[in-house]
Amino acid sequence: MTTSSPSKVHVTTTINGQEHELLVPPYMSLLDTLRELIGLTGTKEGCLDGNCGACTVSVNGRIVDSCLVLGPEVDGKTVDTVEGMATTDGLHPLQQAFLEEAALQCGICTPGFLVAAKGLLDNEPSPSEGRIRHWLAGNLCRCTGYDKIVRAVQKASS
Amino acid sequence: MHPFAYVAPSTVEEAVAVLDEHGDRARPLAGGTDLLVKARANVWELDAVVDVKNIPELMNLEVGKNGLSIGAGVPCYQVYENDQVADEYPGIIDGTSIIGGIQIQSRAGLGGNLCNAAPSGDGIPALIAHSAVARIAGPNGTREVAVEEFCTGPSRTVIEPGELLVSIEVPKPAANSGAAYTRFIPRNEMDIAVAGVGVYVVLDNSGNNFESARIALASVGPIPILANEAGDSLSGKPVNDETIAAAAKLARNAASPITDMRGTIEQRKHLIEVLTDRMIKQAVERAKG
Repeated sequence: MTTSSPSKVHVTTTINGQEHELLVPPYMSLLDTLRELIGLTGTKEGCLDGNCGACTVSVNGRIVDSCLVLGPEVDGKTVDTVEGMATTDGLHPLQQAFLEEAALQCGICTPGFLVAAKGLLDNEPSPSEGRIRHWLAGNLCRCTGYDKIVRAVQKASS
Repeated sequence: MHPFAYVAPSTVEEAVAVLDEHGDRARPLAGGTDLLVKARANVWELDAVVDVKNIPELMNLEVGKNGLSIGAGVPCYQVYENDQVADEYPGIIDGTSIIGGIQIQSRAGLGGNLCNAAPSGDGIPALIAHSAVARIAGPNGTREVAVEEFCTGPSRTVIEPGELLVSIEVPKPAANSGAAYTRFIPRNEMDIAVAGVGVYVVLDNSGNNFESARIALASVGPIPILANEAGDSLSGKPVNDETIAAAAKLARNAASPITDMRGTIEQRKHLIEVLTDRMIKQAVERAKG
């Protein structure tokens, strides 16, 4: 049995457009890699088992639960988090719509919803309400009852 | 979580060598949606995780003239976004597109669904109905196991320590065939099947008679069940409400569910009868379409 800690993995990854070179413990999740090694704490920890979607980030353009990805797995890949949504020109249209529609209360689920919704609108600019609800089924919110979130995503869609 | 090493080999041989070295203290990593949950909960104490996503054979998805080959690491979305698969294997799409939510489907795949061996695995019944075969590599070479014989109990499979599921091979559907899968859940999505039914039917040229059928059941036994009697009862019979209802009753009899938080024995048996009836009809419709 291995008693010493397994050696760290050298990872090169592009996060929100910026290249990072990291030494990641092999068993560290992408969620912890983002939060603890890079200091990007916008991505939230919720259930840690893939039910709640609070930790949703985009890897190579596909949304994933970052608690169920290992840091070493994003070597050579592109990661996008909630921190990458706003620009110096202002909030992303989804963020603005969430504010205007009061689509958040406690806010823990919000980064996950924003990244997930962006993943939808980037590929389907005008989804139906049903499509939005289906797409966001992997994101849980215990405050809003979802209607305001869906309305915000509809508002941000073209 | 027990600290494990991460290796990402590029060949089946290298992966098998690492798995063989560590025995049951190493596991292959495809989507990680079951593995990392189990490792975190200390269900599995691992020394090594073998990421299979750099191995071309495990990431291959191919619709050929002899059938469909699904690499064990191919995520769900690649299966259900593939037009050729959707066209020829709609029953497999039915199951693949309802495993978890969008985030899970970016990572989880049919290979992992099969290896996780949950009786409720939504990806498995359609594979069984289609007579799919699991191709397994090990230190002593490659072997093939019918998917209905792959799971041996909840979370248990025929895979021995040191072995690796490489691909799932699905035969080319016969002419005049159709397949379908559905499950019952009390929610719209993101739930575990209370009961599920996958069906594959072959009709004769007239479309009025069954030539053969295979029916597989989820969540009503310790493993996904191939309901042989139910499927065989349709062979040579006319396509009508009576023959379909009789097969659905036989499927109900093949179910041996338990009562738990998701449903009772009686509810699950009832669901199997209703869903089997519906899925035979849907498979027939697709066979005619």
